[in-house]
Amino acid sequence: MSSVRVLVGTRKGAFVLTSDGARKQWDVSGPHFGGWEIYHLKGSPADPNRLYASQSSGWFGQVIQRSNDAGRTWETVGNKFAYEGAVGNHLWYDGTQRPWEFTRVWHLEPSLNDPDTVYAGIQDAALFRSTDGGQTWQELTGLRQHTSAPAWQPGAGGMCLHTILLDPKHPGRIFVAISAAGTFRSDDSGTSWQPVNRGLRSEQIPDPTAEVGHCVHRIAMHGSRPDVLFMQKHWDVMRSDDAGQTWREVSGNLPTDFGFPIDVHAHEPETIYVVPIKSDSEHYVPDGKLRVYRSRTGGHEWEALTEGLPQRNCYVNVLRDAMSVDGLDPCGVYFGTTGGQVYVSADAGNSWSAIVRDLPSVVSVEVQTLS
Amino acid sequence: MIRVTLPAHLRTLAHVQGEVKLDVAEPATQRSVLDALEVNYPMLRGTIRDQATKERRAFVRFFACQEDLSNDSPDAPLPEAVVNGAEPLMIVGAMAGGA
Repeated sequence: MSSVRVLVGTRKGAFVLTSDGARKQWDVSGPHFGGWEIYHLKGSPADPNRLYASQSSGWFGQVIQRSNDAGRTWETVGNKFAYEGAVGNHLWYDGTQRPWEFTRVWHLEPSLNDPDTVYAGIQDAALFRSTDGGQTWQELTGLRQHTSAPAWQPGAGGMCLHTILLDPKHPGRIFVAISAAGTFRSDDSGTSWQPVNRGLRSEQIPDPTAEVGHCVHRIAMHGSRPDVLFMQKHWDVMRSDDAGQTWREVSGNLPTDFGFPIDVHAHEPETIYVVPIKSDSEHYVPDGKLRVYRSRTGGHEWEALTEGLPQRNCYVNVLRDAMSVDGLDPCGVYFGTTGGQVYVSADAGNSWSAIVRDLPSVVSVEVQTLS
Repeated sequence: MIRVTLPAHLRTLAHVQGEVKLDVAEPATQRSVLDALEVNYPMLRGTIRDQATKERRAFVRFFACQEDLSNDSPDAPLPEAVVNGAEPLMIVGAMAGGA
């Protein structure tokens, strides 16, 4: 019988939520790594028992954990993320140049077909890869050494590489997104990169249509159609039908087009989900109502999904990595809030219930569908 | 035998309870103690000092014999009471607040 495993990263530890395919009754384990920030944990598509977790602390820095038994036990692996070659500078908030400096791993993306290969997106923005199960990490230097890199600038959360998409149909094609530089694509397994941001418009930067400098919050794809990308930008929900070469806005009738996460239905490539947030200076849902918005037309036309979600006095945020979908039918949709709730919809968003309500602030949510 | 106390989070990470005891060649220094600690507990690499520069992390402090040794040279000899095991070298997470 099918089951699901939900991997939740929070400001104070990791939690693992498990259920059968009905997704009604849940077992909760954790906190794992209690007291540490868990920015992200994710399972290998090639081996669901292999999990990777990014564990960090302002006191003790970065640790990477690996599990070979679905999270029952963990072992520390390599945590040395050394920029290769000349470190170089990027733009700082005050307009000066500042050297790249490692802060933390924001996102871990296991390979689609090798449990020992995993990518790490870090702050300050760079992409690393391990091919030995996380024991050692090598930078894919072509990204940080791109000619535009000296003009990259941190967003409010730091200059982080937060999204890594591995194209299942075009071997060697990788998309990454950086706040606040934009989206980049490699077609040669990470050796060389090109910015793919044409069509983005950000009024908050000196040149609103610049090739780089956009605060991309999250991008998502459906594996069956990897040339179609969806983006939640700082403001604006965007869509590309040509692997990022050009983008067009699909915010449509959203109450606000500011937000962080975006995800795609597991079986309907034109069905997408966002959680609108009031504004860039008020990071909570508008009108005190927690509403997921779903478009079944790939954007433009959106419907509010509210059943089971609080519709008064709610002022939480949903962070960029805190939404995920499972592969069951009907598709399950999950998200976690800064208020510590993790919600599930077992009917593609029509209705919701809280799996847990009182976790530490949720940073990331990933789902494994197990057969 | 040099005794080292670790903060709770690092004891958990290193799977140890209580003090850690290390054989360190004389003259024992912060650097040689941390080198020995990281050899015996490689999961602690990078958590107390930077792996490349070997600089102490900002919110980690070193105390011994009721003295703050945090800003001493890493190559300065440790107090005799630490070297002979009468007192531990205390590695402490700074009281730095946080969320």
